[in-house]
Amino acid sequence: MHQKTKHVREPLFHIVKRDAIPNWQSIMIRVIAVALALLVNGIVILAVTGENPINLYITMFDGAIGTSRRFWSLMQNIAILLCLSLAVTPAFSMRFWNIGAEGQALIGGFATAFMMIRFGESLPTAVLIPVLLIVSMLAGAIWGVIPAIFKALWNTNETLFTLMMNYIAIQLVSYFTYVFSVPKGSGQIGIINRSSRAGWLPIVNGNSYLVNILIVAVLTILVYIYLRFSKHGYEIEVVGQSEDTARYIGLDVRKVIIRTMLLSGAICGLAGFLLVSGTDHTITRDTVAGRGFTAIVVSWMAHFNPFYMILTSFLICFLEKGAVEIATVYGLNDSFSDIITGVIIFFIIGSEFFINYAVKRNHARGEVQA
Amino acid sequence: MNVPAIELKGITKTFGNVVANKNVNLVVNRGEILSILGENGSGKTTLMNMISGIYYPDAGSILIDGEEVVIRSPKDAFDYKIGMIHQHFKLVNVFSAAENIVLGLREKSFNLKQATREVQKICDQYGFDVDPSKKIYEMSVSEKQTVEILKVLYRGADILILDEPTAVLTPQETEKLFAVLRRMRDDGKAIIIITHKLHEVLSLSDKVSVLRKGEYIGTVVTAETDEESLTEMMVGKKISLNIDRSEPQDSVDRLIVRGLDFYNEEGVKVLDDISFTARSGEILGIAGIAGSGQKELLEIIAGLLKPQGGDILYENPETGEREDLGSKTPLEIRNMGIRLSFVPEDRLGMGLVGNMDITDNMMLRSYSKGKGFFLNRKDPQKLAEQIIDNLEVVTPGTSTPVRRLSGGNVQKVLVGREIAAMPTVFMAAYPVRGLDINSSYTIYNLLNQQKEHGVAVIFVGEDLDVLMELCDRIMVISSGIVTDIVDGRKAKKEELGILMTMGEDKEEEEGKEDK
Repeated sequence: MHQKTKHVREPLFHIVKRDAIPNWQSIMIRVIAVALALLVNGIVILAVTGENPINLYITMFDGAIGTSRRFWSLMQNIAILLCLSLAVTPAFSMRFWNIGAEGQALIGGFATAFMMIRFGESLPTAVLIPVLLIVSMLAGAIWGVIPAIFKALWNTNETLFTLMMNYIAIQLVSYFTYVFSVPKGSGQIGIINRSSRAGWLPIVNGNSYLVNILIVAVLTILVYIYLRFSKHGYEIEVVGQSEDTARYIGLDVRKVIIRTMLLSGAICGLAGFLLVSGTDHTITRDTVAGRGFTAIVVSWMAHFNPFYMILTSFLICFLEKGAVEIATVYGLNDSFSDIITGVIIFFIIGSEFFINYAVKRNHARGEVQA
Repeated sequence: MNVPAIELKGITKTFGNVVANKNVNLVVNRGEILSILGENGSGKTTLMNMISGIYYPDAGSILIDGEEVVIRSPKDAFDYKIGMIHQHFKLVNVFSAAENIVLGLREKSFNLKQATREVQKICDQYGFDVDPSKKIYEMSVSEKQTVEILKVLYRGADILILDEPTAVLTPQETEKLFAVLRRMRDDGKAIIIITHKLHEVLSLSDKVSVLRKGEYIGTVVTAETDEESLTEMMVGKKISLNIDRSEPQDSVDRLIVRGLDFYNEEGVKVLDDISFTARSGEILGIAGIAGSGQKELLEIIAGLLKPQGGDILYENPETGEREDLGSKTPLEIRNMGIRLSFVPEDRLGMGLVGNMDITDNMMLRSYSKGKGFFLNRKDPQKLAEQIIDNLEVVTPGTSTPVRRLSGGNVQKVLVGREIAAMPTVFMAAYPVRGLDINSSYTIYNLLNQQKEHGVAVIFVGEDLDVLMELCDRIMVISSGIVTDIVDGRKAKKEELGILMTMGEDKEEEEGKEDK
């Protein structure tokens, strides 16, 4: 009798690690994940708001790409997010958890704004823009390399350190927005060089976002080549995979960490430059708006491949734009759009589990004895 | 008719596309020792993990005392009085033996004194030699193993599974363990021992079940079989188990190590005044219990660790000069034109990068050559193809990540790369660990070839039989001390066994002198 009850206890299914599965299968799993996410969201929408989910999804598309202006604005957002994702990727490939892209980009943007204010009248734009570019990248690089130096020399925790550097950057910018505020004491800088447009990236083909988008497109290719085909990229890979191997081949791990974080920080600084000189033409403590953190998700979901990052950053920006549109059109608040994007991202990240593991139903007892 | 203690019927387990066990049948009676024999990767441990509740079989059934059972977790296994002694010990270092033994028992309260008494009783019954109040960190590897065995006995296990229990033991300790196991068998316990060492199978077990590549080949009575036929069952074909050993030719001093001292990060003295000479055209074997300082010694010579004292001198055959390597990094050694190859113990974590493909692993040591900013993947690609051809590496192609290869093929890739560097000194730490018999012999042959090319070969091994067949001289280290360097052709196993533990006594004597 005792043994009988044991039989009932057999688990219904168990989890098995998969070998690599063919590409089409992993794509199918992801497609199914998105479909399921839309379904779950539909239920949530119906239950909470009583709206027809299909209408809501149409509104979403409309919000993201409904007009030419919206389309270009979406592209611009993708460009910035992609730029930040490219920036964190070398560090993450090295297993250096740089969660300070937010601060590194903000300080780059601040350096740009500062130079625009100081030299907007004295330097011609043709000289000023290269200066802005260099100064912003330098500022980002410095912000990135400080935690790297501490990590390399004293093995401090880079996660906490880069995070703290974000707060310093934000407070610095808050302070200086008061110092430079126009009018004095308003606490806001406002549009810098509104009439002279000094230090503004040029409008090409009537499109003020095109330069940003092109710069990031070129950068994507460069980062891909750097990681895949250069000796530096190879060293980053070795250090990230195994420090013992790096030691074994006589690689100077400290040098690689510092060099890579200089690069990572510099690209963040570039993103800051694009934000200030290319689109916002001002600086506030919220200029980067959390995208330094979102970039980590983008980079990770793309398995650190710059070309896949185009897709993942598109997905995230598209969802955000669409969700905001839903919130406005249907008079729902912002939190609701966050719920929708949250559910979708949850399913996409969750699908990774099913790509790596298979869930198998257990055999019925009869089969075994047969 | 007596009912078997444990019986497996048609057990199958797959991981992805890998079939770890296919339709395996086993029977173990009480009062019997069963050896499970098979090469690495033949599915021995997977099978035992299913009995002890770590894995769950895809198909098949397990019978205990004739009743079909479902074992979902280690706790279920324990309820059926199954106890497994793993290869890697699971003990709390700062606890005493007795504390470790009672740890995890779900009793409302326990009395440590009472437990100690009971542990002592088990010790006396089977002839274990361990002090229940001794702390784990003060124990030798064999004492720790004893505690693991006591732990399962204390819980009342009467089906015992031991996974490669002799891998970490000296010959003398192995004998002691076998004596204890025989006593337990006579006491009516069912014992399963996993191993790939043939002579142990023959000397200890009553029956042998052989697995090959996950498949159940058959069970034979030990008394009716011999080494050759077991090998044939295990490998699937007849192979000769001889290693050719040629006389060293034109041997000259190549690497001279003098008075090497090394303390690890915790300040523990790992190497104590190590001196020896490695000669060209000769294989110098290093024997010792795992963790006696072999790893550190090789890493110091390779330039990965800095010794606190002593010299490493290299007789350069090209210039005829004597060069000091003591404070050089691996990069500096290479830039001096010294070709020192090193096959580390941790293949995928140090010698290779598991996630990189074969081509990228080929250039680990050479990628920085040449001026340009970009990598040259053409030559490594060629080298990869060459090694795959010459050493018969089984792989879908050069772009396969090395972690996907089997252990033997991983090692061929690593050894192949290190040999391709045309070394003058070739160091290998446990190069055949985890390899099947065929791959092991490929590696021995490669080491012999290097020796015949005039390379000074340093070989850290664990199997004394192999060391005695392969090496010209054998250096024995014990607790970081060189206890002796003996002639490989004349060495006796017992003598090596004694030398392997002599350092501990010396250490204790020194300790007493200090007081």
